[in-house]
Amino acid sequence: MELDDLYRDVILDHNRRPRNFGPLEPADSSVDGFNPLCGDRITLRLKLAGDEIADIRFEGQGCAISTASASLMTEAVKGRSRAEALALFERVHRLLTDDAAPSDELGKLAALSGVRAYPARVKCASLCWHTLVSALQAPHTGALPPVSTE
Amino acid sequence: MNQPALQKVPAPFDVMAVRREFPILARRVHGKPLAYLDNGASAQRPAAVIAAVDDYERHHHANIHRGVHTLSQEATALYEGARDRLVRFINARSRHEIIFVRGTTEAINLVAQSYARPLLAPGDEVLITYLEHHANIVPWQMLCAQTGAKLKAAPMDARGEIHLESVEALMSPRTRLLACAHVSNALGTVLPVRRLVGAARSRGIVSLIDGAQAVPHLPVDVQELGCDFYAFSGHKMFGPTGIGVLYGREALLERMPPWQGGGDMILEVRIEQSSYNGLPYKFEAGTPNISGAIGLGAAVDFMQSLDQPAVHAHEQALLDHATRTLGKIDGLRIIGTASDKASLVSFIVAGVHPHDLGTILDEDGIAIRTGHHCAMPVMEFFKVPATARASFAFYNTCEEIDRLAAAIGRARAMFG
Repeated sequence: MELDDLYRDVILDHNRRPRNFGPLEPADSSVDGFNPLCGDRITLRLKLAGDEIADIRFEGQGCAISTASASLMTEAVKGRSRAEALALFERVHRLLTDDAAPSDELGKLAALSGVRAYPARVKCASLCWHTLVSALQAPHTGALPPVSTE
Repeated sequence: MNQPALQKVPAPFDVMAVRREFPILARRVHGKPLAYLDNGASAQRPAAVIAAVDDYERHHHANIHRGVHTLSQEATALYEGARDRLVRFINARSRHEIIFVRGTTEAINLVAQSYARPLLAPGDEVLITYLEHHANIVPWQMLCAQTGAKLKAAPMDARGEIHLESVEALMSPRTRLLACAHVSNALGTVLPVRRLVGAARSRGIVSLIDGAQAVPHLPVDVQELGCDFYAFSGHKMFGPTGIGVLYGREALLERMPPWQGGGDMILEVRIEQSSYNGLPYKFEAGTPNISGAIGLGAAVDFMQSLDQPAVHAHEQALLDHATRTLGKIDGLRIIGTASDKASLVSFIVAGVHPHDLGTILDEDGIAIRTGHHCAMPVMEFFKVPATARASFAFYNTCEEIDRLAAAIGRARAMFG
């Protein structure tokens, strides 16, 4: 059943108990993501140590898919270099939009593969990732219009 | 013998017979029978509407007005015949008062730009309410930016009701226009429109009623309401998309300049200047949505063929059943509990985001709407980012509502 594929246990668990959820002060980069049509909001904060994501936390509200995706993402990219995180973004992007089988490097993130059967929900899963790219490409704190995947 | 009590009892409503008139209701979604509970967004079309449009496309299509050939005359007769049906549908005084537009949104923008814009001065006020659809907020914000007028919004109470006193309290000598919904799309609240319009009129304030959510559910008589403008959309009342109506009092429409220039809205065009056609054509520049208007006329015929009191009783029974059944679900909160409501229920479920709920229900063949319903100030008022909304039509059944409740229970179990 496709619904069980979308709402896998990993997704439900990360929605119920999101990891790395809450404020992060002071942050080197803080970027908002907002999908106005569905109301999903995320604030993503990063601490950078040179090229490495030393810490990452998020706040906001959204559906299970967007919350779990953000939670899984923070776990996956913490301690990684900028280039590694961007490469992971590319893999997740392909996972959400292509038919290709999930690659081994994805680990737990492979749980997001059920989303691609639900085109209307891809934007939920990808919001945090696009927010991350924005935060990594030009570290900044606030003042920019929020990232959106709608 | 006089039996007034008996006459008030509506005849039993044969919902299965009505359902058979709507071909789409027979389809299955994800292997389950479709339960279409998203009528507030767009209602389905009966076979009679589909057939009227099909017949026009197959046999009568040509451009309307001015054509001397047979098809053009037939198309014109069908298009103008639809207008006549709409005159009767809302009890307008004449065909001059029925302007075909794309929908409610275009109707409101027409009034904002053609009626209000030339009239408003800096410091004048436009009065709306807090529960309006964005289509009855944004055109007024644009108008205020253009004219220097101010937009005021009357508050609602915790049940989502709008009270006459709170609207009157915001009416000032500078108020030029009252624009409010007849029925709230996000909450279902039926507004006390007749009294609101009366209060406006006694102060010389022109009124516009957004009737998009009212016409599918309530008999509308614009003369009895006393409003100056009334706007509604075809697709929410079982007609096609891309067609709607602006009703306006003739005396006001006469004084208003055309909104768009082009063919059909003119009498004579010279390079220096043109003279304009009379009502309603003055406001119908360009080739209109001919098939849409014909389909809308057929939708009016269909609605009028139904036993109205029985339809209304059935819809209220659906609302009562939904309110009771959903109200029993642990963690479910109904948003919008006005004493007078049209047949829709907005709600949130603890621990289940509306979008996840929408996806889970769809898997069961149940179509509802989730999100802010183009009424973000309403969401802000109730401090929720989004709600789930089940909105009913006369072809829905209590069994479909039971399926909805069962599926919500399953979603709660999944996310619990």
